[in-house]
Amino acid sequence: MTSFPAILRSEWTKIRSVRSTVWTLALAFVVTVGIGALLSLLTNNNFTEFRRHEQTPFDATGTAFSGIMLGELAIIVFGVLAIGNEYSSGMIRVTLAAVPQRGTLLAGKAMVLGSLALAVSLVTAFVTFFVGQALLGPHSTTLGEPNVLRAVFGAALYLTMLCLFSAGVTAMLHNQTLALGVLVPFFFLLSPILSAVPKVKTLAHYFPDYAGSRMLLVYEQNGQPYGPWAGFTICLAWTLAALAGGALVLKNRDA
Amino acid sequence: MIELHDLTKRYGKTLAVDRLSFTVPQGVVTGFLGPNGAGKSTTMRMILDLDRPTGGRVTIDGRRYGQLSEPLKYIGALLEAKAVHPGRTARDHLLWLAQSNRIPTRRVDEVLALVGLTPVARKRARGFSLGMGQRLGIASALLGDPEIVMFDEPVNGLDPEGILWIRNLMKRLAGEGRTVFVSSHLMSEMAVTADHLVVIGKGRLLADLPMPEFIRRNSRSAVRLRTPQPERLLDVLAGAGLRHEPGPDGSYEVVDGDIARLGELVSAHGVVLHELSPQQASLEEAFMQMTADSVEYHAGDGPGRDAAGAPGEWGAGWNADGSRPAAAARQEEN
Repeated sequence: MTSFPAILRSEWTKIRSVRSTVWTLALAFVVTVGIGALLSLLTNNNFTEFRRHEQTPFDATGTAFSGIMLGELAIIVFGVLAIGNEYSSGMIRVTLAAVPQRGTLLAGKAMVLGSLALAVSLVTAFVTFFVGQALLGPHSTTLGEPNVLRAVFGAALYLTMLCLFSAGVTAMLHNQTLALGVLVPFFFLLSPILSAVPKVKTLAHYFPDYAGSRMLLVYEQNGQPYGPWAGFTICLAWTLAALAGGALVLKNRDA
Repeated sequence: MIELHDLTKRYGKTLAVDRLSFTVPQGVVTGFLGPNGAGKSTTMRMILDLDRPTGGRVTIDGRRYGQLSEPLKYIGALLEAKAVHPGRTARDHLLWLAQSNRIPTRRVDEVLALVGLTPVARKRARGFSLGMGQRLGIASALLGDPEIVMFDEPVNGLDPEGILWIRNLMKRLAGEGRTVFVSSHLMSEMAVTADHLVVIGKGRLLADLPMPEFIRRNSRSAVRLRTPQPERLLDVLAGAGLRHEPGPDGSYEVVDGDIARLGELVSAHGVVLHELSPQQASLEEAFMQMTADSVEYHAGDGPGRDAAGAPGEWGAGWNADGSRPAAAARQEEN
C-alpha cells in the first residue's frame, strides 16, 4: 500500500503548483466579498426605498452574502479543474501508475481539495460578513445575534461542499470540459430557474445548492421546506454521493 | 521480471489482446514489436493495472501491480510523451510523483540532470517540445530507481539525436542489470537495441525469442537468376530438382540455393545469365511477412483476404481501435 500521508503530500504539491488554483480561489474570494460589499453599500444608501414593500425582517447577513451565488461558480470551477486537469492532460495514467489504490487516491485528493477550499471559504465568509456589516452602517448585525455565526460558518461549508460535489461529478464524468459544461449551467441557470418554477421547485428544493444555501439564512422564510440543518444534511449527502460515484467510476474504469 | 499469463483484453467485439503469455527476461532489453494497433499499448497499460484485463493475469516480480507498495520503485514507465499538466513545471511534476512514492527530493534533481532537463526544470511543460516531453517522461520512469523500465514507442517523433540518446540510454540501463521493456512498430529500431524480441500481431503472440535467434530464423536467403532464356533455365532447375519462385522483373529465385553450385549448373547447360546474385531478406521484410501472415490467419477464408494481406499495406488492415479489415467485419456479420 502506498502511504496515505505520502498521497496527501503529493496531491498538495499538485494543487499548489498550477496557476488555476490561485486564480479560481482568488476569484471566489473577490467576487463574493466584492458583490456583497457593493450590495451592502447600495442597501445602506437606499435603505427606506429598498425596504418599502418588504414584510420580512431585514437580513443584514444575507445582504453581505449577496455575491455568493456568483462566487460559488469560481470555487466550482476550482473543484472541476483540480480533478479534471488529470484527465485533460492524460496525467491520470501517470498518477494511477504511481498510486494504484484508486479509492485511497481519490480520498486523498478530496481531503486536500476540501481542506484548501474550506480554508479559503472560511476566510471569504468572515471577510464578506465583516466588510458587509461595515458598509451597512446602522443596519448591520453582529456575530452575537441569533443564527448569524451559524450563517457565516454555513456559507463556508456551503462553498466547500459545492467544490467537493463538483470534484466528485468530474471524477464520474472523467472529462474536464464536460464537467464544466454540465456543472456551471446547472448551478448558474438551471437550479435557480427551476427553484422558482411552480411544481418543479419542489424537486429543485432538494438540489445541492438550494439545500446548502439554507444554512445562510438567519430568518425562517415563508414556504421554506426545511430548516438550515436539514439543508446542510441534504447538501452533504449530495457531496458524499458524488464523491462515492466518482470513486466507483475511477475504480472500475480503464484509465 | 514481468510475466503475462493468457492476458486478454476485449473492447466490445474487438479482441485487442488475445491470450498473450510471455515473460520479459531480466537484465536485458526486450523489444515488444508489432504493427500499429497490434495491442502493444493495451498490454503495457494492463501491466500497470491501468486497464483491467478481460482474462488472464500479469505479475511483476510475482505480484500484481496493485499489490506493489510504492510501485515506482519496482517499475518505471513512459506511456505517453506529454502526460503532464501544461501549467506545471518539470520539477514540480517530478516532485509530486516522488512524494507519492516517498522518493527523496534530491532524486528529482538527479533525474532532471540525467535526462538533461536541469536548465528548464522550473519552466512550465506547456512550452516543451516533443523531445523534451519525452525526456521528462523518461525522468519520471527513472525516478524510483526501478529494476524494470518500460517505454512505449519512445523514439516516436524524435529527431535523430533524440533517437540515439534513447537507444544509448536503454543499453546503459540494461548494462546496469535493469530489465528494459520497450515497444516499437519498427523492426529496424529493435534490431539495433533489443537483445530479446517479443512480436505480436492482432493481440496474439507471434514470436518470443532472443534477437540473434530471430535473425537466424527469419533471414530468408535466396539466389536470384535472370536470363534471356527463361524456358531453358526453368528446364535446368527442374532437372536438378530445385524449387524456384518468381522474382522481380522476370527473374527467378531459388530459396536457400548455393550460389556457386547454381552458377556451375547453369553454365554446364549453356544457359546465358544476366544476373546471378545472393538475396538476403531484411528483418523488416521478415517482420512484415510474419505479421501479414497473422492478418491472413485472422481474416481467414473471408472474401476480402488480399485486402489485408498485401505486405506493402499491412498498416491499413491492422487498426484494432478503428476500422477492422473488411473480411473480419464480414465474418462477424455471418
